[in-house]
Amino acid sequence: MGASLSIDYVTHQFSPSAAPTLKDIDTRIDPGELVALIGRSGCGKSTLLHMMAGLLIPSQGCIRINSHQVSKPSAKWNMMFQKASLYPWMSVKENAALGLMFAGLQKAEAVEKVNSLLDMLGLHDKKDVNVQSLSGGQQQRVALARSLATDPDILLLDEPFSALDAFTRTALQEEVPAICRERGITMIIVTHDIDEAVAMADRVLIMSQNPGRIVDELEVGLPWPRRHMDNGFQIRREELMNRFKGTDTGLQGRQQPITTQQSESAA
Amino acid sequence: MSASTTTPMNSAVSLLGPAKLIRLLSNLQYPAMGITGLLALWWVGGLLIENNENLSAFSAFAPAPAFHALYDLVASGEIWAPITSSLYRILVGLTWGIAIGVPVGVTIGYIGVALKVANVPFQFLRMISPLAWMPIAVMAFETWDSAIIFLLVMATVWPIIFSTAHGVRRIDPNWFKVARNLGASGTQMLRRIILPAIMTDVMAGIRLAVGVAWVVLVPAEYLGVTSGLGYAINDARDTLSYDYLAAVVLVIGIIGYGLDSVCNLLIKRFNWHAE
Ligand SMILES: Nc1ncnc2c1ncn2[C@@H]1O[C@H](COP(=O)(O)OP(=O)(O)O)[C@@H](O)[C@H]1O
Ligand SMILES: [Mg+2]
Repeated sequence: MGASLSIDYVTHQFSPSAAPTLKDIDTRIDPGELVALIGRSGCGKSTLLHMMAGLLIPSQGCIRINSHQVSKPSAKWNMMFQKASLYPWMSVKENAALGLMFAGLQKAEAVEKVNSLLDMLGLHDKKDVNVQSLSGGQQQRVALARSLATDPDILLLDEPFSALDAFTRTALQEEVPAICRERGITMIIVTHDIDEAVAMADRVLIMSQNPGRIVDELEVGLPWPRRHMDNGFQIRREELMNRFKGTDTGLQGRQQPITTQQSESAA
Repeated sequence: MSASTTTPMNSAVSLLGPAKLIRLLSNLQYPAMGITGLLALWWVGGLLIENNENLSAFSAFAPAPAFHALYDLVASGEIWAPITSSLYRILVGLTWGIAIGVPVGVTIGYIGVALKVANVPFQFLRMISPLAWMPIAVMAFETWDSAIIFLLVMATVWPIIFSTAHGVRRIDPNWFKVARNLGASGTQMLRRIILPAIMTDVMAGIRLAVGVAWVVLVPAEYLGVTSGLGYAINDARDTLSYDYLAAVVLVIGIIGYGLDSVCNLLIKRFNWHAE
């Protein structure tokens, strides 16, 4: 079941003398919610996601998952990166089963458990192959299986599809939210692709740069599965684009995040 | 019906396939040329020695007497004892070299500062011929055998350390991140990620180490011990049996080549890099 995630006044500096990369980020994400985090390259999206994963500890403030402070990584809140980073000395199924083996399962048992997951992700005929022979999209599917195998409460995605071809990307943009919704997983995806945000999220958080803060948000509120051609999709996309531009230029100095009352007009 | 009557000969051919067989033979063509060239040089050298009055006492160095002596050594079984002694020393020395070299290499590769600190002293020690430690080794160890093994350890640790450290530094940092993210403990990280990731580099270091150790072993066996191929060479010299001396040299070369080929096979076996 999905977990709630709360970011409590997080400010982060990579070194004591440096200007803060993230400043006063304070927001909540509900269990099972699908959230997209958008912003320009370098605004601190990955930094924030690493903190949610427990891979980085904020210099001020904290992250809570189900109200417990995150202090270290766990297979229960799992991150997927832009690169699949599979282990080339393991087969596809061993890669997918790795988190289960770390949790103490025997290899045979762990591999058995990921079988249906690999089937579901369309890798049924690839289970025993060398991961280096897979296409980029297939590798990212293995990485997804690896992340899902440990039954995570939260799935954190750091621009996971940006290196993939358009067909694979579109397919995964549809599959991943469907899987998360079915399993009640809380999903947070970092992207700089506005279409991707509208296609995958219930709610979009917009980040500004220097320092990184959340300056706006938008409820997408479209039915599933989402079609890029639909009128509603296009309207949401336009609106998000306008909001993004609004925060990006002219309004740099705005201190308070705008919470959205104006976003009910959806659907 | 036709399948059941295939002769072993036929099945061997069909297993290899005529194309494969031809490729195998043509692959052997160049090594065969090289070996022939070497033998020809040796043969010419033998002729020159034989025809020079000052050197003619050494004419048994020529290929014909040497191969004859080699046949004798193998047929009588005399050659096996020195081979076993030498290989045993290599094995023990290499085992220690790996046991020390891999952990040290992982440590200095993993901790960036450790590599910076260790680099100069280790490079310095590496450049000292292992044989230079001989007087110290003889004083420090009770038996000649352990002294020789010490020299072999001094020969093998450095390439293993450097190759291992290099392998660790080459590990994709994302592999650590992903594993940490999946909840890997320290030992799991070592066993499932670091060791398999560096296996190719460790094996490459071992291959270098075996080469150095084999070269160092023979002169080390000139001293003190009464077994091994180095001793066999010394013994042949003292008894003026130059044909046997040449035969032992041949054996040393063949075994060295064999050891290197085994290492090479192991490297291929553990190599996970895509072709
Ligand atoms: N480990 C680090 N040390 C110092 N600075 C970093 C580090 N990681 C990221 N940064 C800086 O923090 C800022 C935000 O980076 P990042 O979170 O990767 O941005 P994004 O993912 O939005 O593109 C960048 O200016 C980057 O240079
Ligand atoms: Mg990033």
